[in-house]
Amino acid sequence: MSFSGPQFGLGLRKPHYQDFLETRVPVDFVEVISENFMVPGGRPRDILRRVRQDYPVAIHGVSMSVGSADGLRVDYLLRLRELIAEIEPFIVSDHLCWTRHGAHNSHDLLPLPYTREALDVVCANVGKAQDVLGREMLIENPSSYIAFADDEMSEWDFLAELTRRTGCGLLLDVNNIHVSATNHGFSSADYLAGIPFASVGQIHLAGHTQGQHCLIDTHDRPVPDPVWALLRDALARAPRAAVMIERDDAIPPLPELLAELAIARDIASQVVVPCA
Amino acid sequence: MRLSEMQGAFLGWLASGEDAAMRRLPLAKGAEHGLGVYQNNYRAALMACLADSFPQTLLWLGEGPFEAAAARHIERVPPDSWTLDDYASGFPASLAEDYPYDPEVAELARIELVLSQVFVAADAVPLDAGAMGAIDWDSARLQTVPALSILSLHSNAEEIWIALADETPPPEVGWGKEARPVLIWRQGFMCRLRSLDADEAGMLGYLSGDAIPFTDLCRDAAARWGEHSGIARIGQYLARWVADGLVR
Repeated sequence: MSFSGPQFGLGLRKPHYQDFLETRVPVDFVEVISENFMVPGGRPRDILRRVRQDYPVAIHGVSMSVGSADGLRVDYLLRLRELIAEIEPFIVSDHLCWTRHGAHNSHDLLPLPYTREALDVVCANVGKAQDVLGREMLIENPSSYIAFADDEMSEWDFLAELTRRTGCGLLLDVNNIHVSATNHGFSSADYLAGIPFASVGQIHLAGHTQGQHCLIDTHDRPVPDPVWALLRDALARAPRAAVMIERDDAIPPLPELLAELAIARDIASQVVVPCA
Repeated sequence: MRLSEMQGAFLGWLASGEDAAMRRLPLAKGAEHGLGVYQNNYRAALMACLADSFPQTLLWLGEGPFEAAAARHIERVPPDSWTLDDYASGFPASLAEDYPYDPEVAELARIELVLSQVFVAADAVPLDAGAMGAIDWDSARLQTVPALSILSLHSNAEEIWIALADETPPPEVGWGKEARPVLIWRQGFMCRLRSLDADEAGMLGYLSGDAIPFTDLCRDAAARWGEHSGIARIGQYLARWVADGLVR
């Protein structure tokens, strides 16, 4: 697997819609939250269509729930497939998590125990999603605040096995690595060493908040230094991965995000790729 | 613990917040603090969804009473859809239970719910006034656009909604035994709202399913109001419907 698409992008968020519609913003692509546009019609869908005329689009989901023990919702997959058919995104991604069980949806990215049973469930669900969508997906590593007593493997081993068994790619969120490593006391370097970087198609950058007892993945502030350092390490192993900044709260004016994206470009330009 | 059992127990704890439910979860040591983040995220997301979906209802009730009503709704009704937008759909019914003697509260919320649904309803090309002359009316079929809904209200909630949205003083609450139809639709990308009489509501309702032959519409109007008046009235309605982008 190799990736060589558009490389530096931003999340498309409401405060910046007009900027993207009225000017040529210097990004290589935008990423949108899939569910915000999985609607029959109206202004949101129209905006995405118009933005798509000028920018490659990655779509990033939060509700597929690939970790649900009772499987995926077919109505969700069909809606997503319809959006993909119209927008033709260059990346389709979702998270390694579960959001739903039975009829109860949490609307949060809930953590999985890293067990062989959970791996079987996730592999089956990702396989089914890729079959229905007719394309490869990227699965993002989550940030998490708890661990399970019955974990049987590390998160990176779980992800590596997932890619091997399903052929899916990875969306590596280096902020999530930092948050989870801090919260659970593992080494970010060990994490990166265990990731099959040939499968990494995209990298997410974001900021987090120090909570009372742990780091919280809030996406409400600039990318901090430890996350930039992880980007440097990740790009050394996946130099052509698409890199984007996620900002979902306290969203600043677009020039501030573009200045952050310039840092990512600068890091990428300085990265030394080790010889194979 | 099997994955399915853990997920059921986890969601049960998220909804209840009870310590006994938390103790069933197979967590690693020291996970209690991290669990609080998920509990907070769950309630904050649902509360934010309701506040964002019902801004004028929030204004009308005030922040404290709105949040109390939203908290009661979150306790009673767990979200069941993949899209958070759908969580708004049950809130008007909860408000009707919470405010049985203030019916305008639930009706305000119904207006806001329908506005949000119409906002993302399927697109359609409405009948163009400029193309009317070229239509063969003997074979033409009409139906309403998908982004259209008619509410039956007992209060003057639509007047209150308009005043709140315009940031002008809202009128006194009015209430009638007879329900009044209120039309909510999207024209282009703009959501609109107006009251209409029962006859016009009936005719629009007639067109809200499959496309109806225009000749059937005229026949129905003639039967209701007489040959001459019926046709004249359909002509008046049609002119307004076309101007408002209601039919295709």
